[in-house]
Amino acid sequence: MNKRQGEGCPRKNTDAAQDESANTCSPVMAAFKVFQQELDVKHDKYERLVKLSRDITIESKRTIFLLHRVTSVPDTTEILKEADTKLDGVRQKIGQIAEELRGEDIYQFHRAYTPGIQEYVEAVSFLHYIRQRSLISLEEINARLVFMRSEKDVAESAGAQVLTFQVTPSDYLLGVADLTGELMRMCISSVGNGDIDTPFQLSQFLRQIHDGFSYIGNTGPYEVSKKLHTLRQSLGKVEDACYTLRVRGSEIPKHMLADVFSSRTALIDPEEGVV
Amino acid sequence: MSVTEMFGYIQGFLDADQETREDIRKVVQILEQTAREILTVLQSVHQPSGFKEIPNKCAKARELFCTVRTHIADLKTKFPMEQYYRFHEHWRFVLQRSVFLAAFVVYLESEALVTREEVAKILGIEVVRERGFHLDVEDYLAGVLIMASELSRLAVNSVTAGDYNRPLRISNFINELDSGFRLLNLKNDPLRKRYDGLKYDVKKIEEVVYDLSIRGLAKESESGGGK
Repeated sequence: MNKRQGEGCPRKNTDAAQDESANTCSPVMAAFKVFQQELDVKHDKYERLVKLSRDITIESKRTIFLLHRVTSVPDTTEILKEADTKLDGVRQKIGQIAEELRGEDIYQFHRAYTPGIQEYVEAVSFLHYIRQRSLISLEEINARLVFMRSEKDVAESAGAQVLTFQVTPSDYLLGVADLTGELMRMCISSVGNGDIDTPFQLSQFLRQIHDGFSYIGNTGPYEVSKKLHTLRQSLGKVEDACYTLRVRGSEIPKHMLADVFSSRTALIDPEEGVV
Repeated sequence: MSVTEMFGYIQGFLDADQETREDIRKVVQILEQTAREILTVLQSVHQPSGFKEIPNKCAKARELFCTVRTHIADLKTKFPMEQYYRFHEHWRFVLQRSVFLAAFVVYLESEALVTREEVAKILGIEVVRERGFHLDVEDYLAGVLIMASELSRLAVNSVTAGDYNRPLRISNFINELDSGFRLLNLKNDPLRKRYDGLKYDVKKIEEVVYDLSIRGLAKESESGGGK
């Protein structure tokens, strides 16, 4: 029941131009044309960010898998180097996000890229832990997310050559929560390789993180309280592993330890969520 | 930085965040109260006696919008402007309500669709994001959609009150609105859900117009929307 006045106004060649009954001349239609463009621009940007976020997630996950191999390889430098290269690639992608977000309210599109960023935090903090045996700080992460714009961009518009991306504290927190799952896996697999020290270090570290999360409790974002549950489980497994090592480590010959733990992990694994 | 220090730092951040949200919530609550008052004033146009007093009601509503402006000005001081979307959820609902109320007042006064600029002016906010507290386009559209269902109600009640021409004008207006919305490529979001309701409002008004025309009650049926 549109007004079929059929005035032959020149119509802009937009997607919706095929809407025959649209009266393109009225102010209302003119206004909606503007809204259409505005919404499309916004949705397009959102989609691009989602895609970048997915790429970041995939590449970060691969890095984490790669890093899990350090427990079974004598020379770790090679693997760490490779992980560094991979993470550099991820950082470039984050640079693209920063590029998309330039001049925008970063929280407007936060939902689009938060999964990727969390995964990146997880990967980067895992690597940091393997190297330094400590928790990477938010500043350290953000310090590496400073991007220089490429030459030709700079030529176009002078000023603002440096682009930064800030990981929000809650993204950092959620990334660290995911990290604990990886640490638990690392602990179990290092026992499997006859490494007796790592599990104890890990349980110490996990306990610190767990205490930190309990300190924050439910004042944090909603997801944190969910992850706290998984964190408890991970901590429990690691503590159990350390307990078994202490009690039975002196009794069981080293080469058999692997069998003890592989049977344990088989029992534990099914309840582990996707981390 | 030790683990404990790091978590202490994050906790400090979370506390500050919580505090800001608390402040915003308080202001938004007052804002909602005022919006309800305006709604009460405008609701009376649905009563038979209210039809003659429409200009009166609108004037009263406009007065109340002054209060809305002061509350929004207060809200603006509660958080850093570049973090608008971080706290957007808190005032999204009341802002859409206010857009609806402003649009309804403007419609009752002039029978035209309020522009985004006008709404922004009535609420004392900006249109462009760069200039401060602004009106998101989706919130504006949501507010307009709320008005559409209010108008379909108004069409029914104006017939009851003996005003047979108003439904025709509303019908034209809503149809124009409907074709406007059809230009938009909406994602599967709350706005889309609300837009899906528009067709029922259109249908209802068309039924009213049909009822009137088969009984010959609509006098200037052809160009009723001319006004």
